[in-house]
Amino acid sequence: MAMAKSGGLKRYYNVNGWLFVAPALALIGLFMIYPILNSLMLSAYSGRGMMMRFAGFGNLVRLYNDPIFWKALSNTIVFFIIQVPIMIVLALLIANALNNPRLRFSGLFRTAIFLPCVSSLVAYSILFKSMFAVDGVVNRTFMALGLMEQPISWLTDPFWAKVLVIIAITWRWTGYNMIFYLAALQNLDRSVDEAARIDGVPSWGRFLFLTIPMLKSVILFTTITSTIGTLQLFDEVYSLTEGTGGPSNETLTLSLYIYNLTFRFMPNFGYAATVSYVIVVLVALLSFLQFYAVRERK
Amino acid sequence: MSPLLARRTASALRYLLLSFAAFLSVFPFFWMVIGATNTTADINKGKVSLGSALWDNVNGFFTAVDVPLILWNSTKIAIFGTALTMLVSSLAGYGFEMFRSKLRERIYTVVLLTLMVPFAAIMIPLFMLMASSGLINTHIAIILPTIASAFIIFYFRQASKAFPRELHDAAKIDGLKEWQIFLFIYVPVMRSTYAAAFVIVFMMNWNNYLWPLIVLQSNETKTITLAIASLSSAYYPDYGTVMIGTILATLPTLFVFFAMQRQFVQGMLGSVK
Repeated sequence: MAMAKSGGLKRYYNVNGWLFVAPALALIGLFMIYPILNSLMLSAYSGRGMMMRFAGFGNLVRLYNDPIFWKALSNTIVFFIIQVPIMIVLALLIANALNNPRLRFSGLFRTAIFLPCVSSLVAYSILFKSMFAVDGVVNRTFMALGLMEQPISWLTDPFWAKVLVIIAITWRWTGYNMIFYLAALQNLDRSVDEAARIDGVPSWGRFLFLTIPMLKSVILFTTITSTIGTLQLFDEVYSLTEGTGGPSNETLTLSLYIYNLTFRFMPNFGYAATVSYVIVVLVALLSFLQFYAVRERK
Repeated sequence: MSPLLARRTASALRYLLLSFAAFLSVFPFFWMVIGATNTTADINKGKVSLGSALWDNVNGFFTAVDVPLILWNSTKIAIFGTALTMLVSSLAGYGFEMFRSKLRERIYTVVLLTLMVPFAAIMIPLFMLMASSGLINTHIAIILPTIASAFIIFYFRQASKAFPRELHDAAKIDGLKEWQIFLFIYVPVMRSTYAAAFVIVFMMNWNNYLWPLIVLQSNETKTITLAIASLSSAYYPDYGTVMIGTILATLPTLFVFFAMQRQFVQGMLGSVK
C-alpha cells in the first residue's frame, strides 16, 4: 500500500484483524483447543465414570496389553493403506477423463459421479447393508454374471466385511476428491499439454508425466484429508455392524473403539482419551510423512 | 497402432470408464427408490423392479417415527448451524487474509493444525463440557462446536485471495467502515464462494451423526439421521420402512446440491488454485 506504515494505519489494521477473527478464535479455543488439552490430561487418569484417580502412564501400559486396541489399530491402518490409494487413483483417472475437451455429456457424468457425496453416511451405509445381504442384489448379480459360484456373506465373513467397508467408503468419497482434481485441472494451462500432444506423446504419458506433477499440491491436500477421514472412520462401520465392529472385531476402528469405551461399556474416559491420542499421533505422523514425500521430489 | 486407432481406443475407454463409474455411483440411489416400493422380503431377495408396498412402507415409517418432529429437528440444526458457520468462518477467513500480522499468521497455522485432530479425540471432554453446562439433549450443544470450522476458514481464506484489494481500498476511501465493506462488498462479490460453502456446510450439518448420537438422548430431540440409524440397527431391519427414511434423509441434500450445482462448481474452481 502507498500510504506507508504510519502508526495509526498499522494500529487500525491490527485492531480490525483481531475483530474479524475473534469470534472464530474464541469458539475454536473453547470447543477445540480446550478439549484437546483436557483429553491429554484425562489420559493420565483412570477409573469408571466420574470417579477418576491419577494413573500416570498406567493407561499406556494397559494400551500396550490390550488386544482389542491392537486389532482396532491394525484394522484402521488396513483401511487406510488399501482404501486411500485406490480412491485417489480412481478420482484422478475420472477427473482426467472428464477434463477432455472433446468429451460429450461431461456435465451429466460429473453430476452422476459426484452424487454419492450428497448422501448421508448413515443412509448410504444402510443402503449398502441391504444391497450386500447374502441373498441381496449384489450377490445375485455377480452370480448371474458367473463371477462367483456361491454367495459371499459380506457382513459376517471377516475378510469380506473389510472389503465391504472399503467398497462403501470408496463409493462415497471418490467423487468428492474427483471434484478437487477437476477444478485444479480446469485451472491448469492447457498449452503444455497441447504441445506434448502435437509432439506425439500418448495421452497416458501426458497424464503421468505432465498432469500428475502439476496437480501435486491438490493431490497432497486430498491425500491428507482422506487420511484424516479414514483414520477417523466411524459412521459407516457403526451403521454396517450395529455398532459392534463385527464380525468378531474385524471391522472395529479406533474411533468406534473409543465410542464403545466411552458410551457403550462402563465409561472409562481416561483410557478412551489415551486411545484417542493414538489417532492424533498417527494423523500428525502420516501428514508429516506425506508433506515430506512431496517436498523431496522438488 | 495408428494414431487414429489409438485415439479412438482411448476415447472408447474413457466413455467406458465414465459410464461404469456413473452407473455405480447412481445405482444405490436407484436401489433406494425401488426399495421404497418393495417389501422387506423382496429387498432382501435383491428384487430390482418396482413393487406395490410403497404405502405400507410409508405408513410403517410414519408410525415408527414422529416424522414432522425429527424433520423439524434436523432442519433447525442444519439451517442455524449452517448460517452461523458461514458467518463466523467467513469473517475469520477474510480477516486472516485481509489484515495480516505475524502473530495472526502463527495462530492461523494452529487453526490449520486443528484440522488434524480427529473428532474422537475431543468428544469426551466436549461431552463433559456440555454435561456440566446442562446442554446435553439440546440442539445448541450440536450446533456450538461446529460453528468455527477450520476447514471453512481455510476455504474462505483461499478464496479471499481472489478478492481484489482495490475494491476494499476504494470503499475505505469512500468512508465505509470495515464491517460495511465486508457485508456490502465482500459478501456480494464472493457469492459463488458462499454458495459452495453453503452446500458443503449444509451437508455436514444435516448428515452429522456421531456427535448427535452422543448428545441427543431423547426421542423428542432426535434427528432424521439418528432415527433411521436406530430403525436399521435391528438384526433383521425392516428395510422397506427404513428406505422411506433414507429417502427423506437424502432429499434435502440432493435438493440443495441440484439447486446450487452451478455456483458450487464455480466456487470450488475459485478455491483450488
